[in-house]
Amino acid sequence: MASDNFLRARVSGRARPLRGDDVDTDRIIPARYMKGISFEGLGENVFRDARFDEAGKPREHSFNDKRFDGASVLIVNRNFGCGSSREHAPQALARAGVAALVGESFAEIFAGNCVSLGLPAAVVSAADARDLQDMVEADPTLSLELDIEKRELRAGGRTFPLTMPESHRKALVTGLWDSTAELLPGAAAARALEAGLPYLSWARAVP
Amino acid sequence: MSANLFDKVWNLHKVGVLPSGRDQLYISLHLVHEVTSPQAFAMLGERGLPVASPGRSFATCDHIVPTDDQTRPFGDPQAEAMMAALEANVAASGIKFFGLDSGRQGIVHVIGPELGLTQPGMTIACGDSHTATHGAFGAIAFGIGTSQVRDLLATQTLAMDRPRVRRITAHGKLGKGVGAKDLILFILSRLGVEGGLGYAYEYAGSAVRSLGMEERMTLCNMSIEGGARAGYVSPDDTTFEYLRGRPYAPAAGDWDRALAFWRSIASADDASFDDEVVLDGSSIEPMVTWGINPGQGVGISQSMPRLAELPSERREGALAAYAHMGFVEGDRIAGKKVDVAFIGSCTNGRIGDLRAAAAVAKGRKVAKGLRALVVPGSMQVEAQARKEGLDEIFREAGFEFRHAGCSMCLAMNPDKLVGRQLCASSSNRNFIGRQGSASGRTLLMSPAMVAAAAVSGEVADARSL
Repeated sequence: MASDNFLRARVSGRARPLRGDDVDTDRIIPARYMKGISFEGLGENVFRDARFDEAGKPREHSFNDKRFDGASVLIVNRNFGCGSSREHAPQALARAGVAALVGESFAEIFAGNCVSLGLPAAVVSAADARDLQDMVEADPTLSLELDIEKRELRAGGRTFPLTMPESHRKALVTGLWDSTAELLPGAAAARALEAGLPYLSWARAVP
Repeated sequence: MSANLFDKVWNLHKVGVLPSGRDQLYISLHLVHEVTSPQAFAMLGERGLPVASPGRSFATCDHIVPTDDQTRPFGDPQAEAMMAALEANVAASGIKFFGLDSGRQGIVHVIGPELGLTQPGMTIACGDSHTATHGAFGAIAFGIGTSQVRDLLATQTLAMDRPRVRRITAHGKLGKGVGAKDLILFILSRLGVEGGLGYAYEYAGSAVRSLGMEERMTLCNMSIEGGARAGYVSPDDTTFEYLRGRPYAPAAGDWDRALAFWRSIASADDASFDDEVVLDGSSIEPMVTWGINPGQGVGISQSMPRLAELPSERREGALAAYAHMGFVEGDRIAGKKVDVAFIGSCTNGRIGDLRAAAAVAKGRKVAKGLRALVVPGSMQVEAQARKEGLDEIFREAGFEFRHAGCSMCLAMNPDKLVGRQLCASSSNRNFIGRQGSASGRTLLMSPAMVAAAAVSGEVADARSL
């Protein structure tokens, strides 16, 4: 599985600022757009209600701002992705062109879901997140380089330290983020452990 | 110092350490529903992998089911497609399914405990963030994404980093008319919606010990709203008595062995924790949220905070909240005119919740022009409510009494707010757009407080009715 296609050691590209703390998964993808049996088409509805009013008229929003068309790095603030466990949220972002997120902090399930998709969610300080947002706002053509391996982000002649859970970093740089592939070799050991679990001895089928 | 419950249960289920450094954790119980599983089954199919332990997965349907006319096919073709996909997937893989004809369908976090599937000492996962509910039994329970649902179906294990454990001790006794919903909203208002990042919460102290199982479920349910992926209460006699006689609970002959195991994984008095928070339960009053995240709440007698009183990092969020809600800083929350009242959800859709709401509704009338819904958390809750005549009390008062489902908590079904309606809701999230209208507004509170709002037409203290 760890072919070059899976390596996420570096991501570079232009960035889009998305300001605000506690941006929840209902805002990223409203539940009514999750009706479906695949993740297809989610990208079009990313931040749907924040981007359009109820009559369908566009509002002022980062994802409506032409200056950031083609940007692949999303710069956010504190506790981004809080709320639901819906993987539809990072799926919608990825399908809308996001290849990496940078922010002050990420909700845990959201960050884990990002890794499952090979999408880095890198943490910088609160001040650095705001500086980066200001920098790309001032110059939307600015290119950012995330070096997950070295834990740093380079942009506009500055270098910003990055952090993320070490297991996430390792999974991304070694291409092990496909967790099913990582877990399958442990199947026999899981079976052995299962055999000794007390509550399975009193589990029963109920009609 | 001894190990806490979390560490004991984690260690019991740890298969090994993965190359990424995460632990491979065996999962005792996988709960499956229609929204987050179809893509996972499809991914499994693409890889040609079978379901590893179909006997450890149980499925039901809750998010998209209509709560009035449940005739198949559903009126909404997308909902019907999701339902059909779930039925096909569980049939093909041999997973037990509690469908609409089973008499046992309901919100996944209501039926797991109700059926006795949820037991102390287990690891429990579900593609839903409110899975922490099951922690009420002294289980480690957490929400997972769809790729992890795939992992779980393929291997019955997950790749996880072990969180730290914070004990939140609520001393004293909750006042009359104050319950678990108020306690968790109070905790969220103090610790914030991101304060639990990286932690699992153990809820302890006399104010928690005296809660019944349904209330403990309400408490654990909203752990994720504080950023904590899991929350639990160490099991005790209240836990064991709740389980006795339930369909999947240990049979009489196995009971003593089960008890011994359950007691062995409890946190002892001298258990150690990575962090401790202590609060006084007796000081809490009924809580109501005023904003757009569940941490933005105040006591019913209090005013909404002035921006200048808030810590600087909370001001921007409060500003956005007031803009959306149309409220003014410093205003009282009591007296706000309400358009819709919703009683239900995995947080507060159990029989005790319906009883508390019915006690307020009895002999009163829903305010003119206000829409009030009662949505039982499961078919069994619905049946019990009918048996006790609660449905009649609600209908007499002017509430709609509907069938089991997630309903207006997240509006993936026909139950939705319209326009800027203000909803008094016993659910768990007041996020913008959560209840189905982008401009809709949600006030979170306990079921008794929702009933009080319904009959008063405005936010009111249920204790003074």
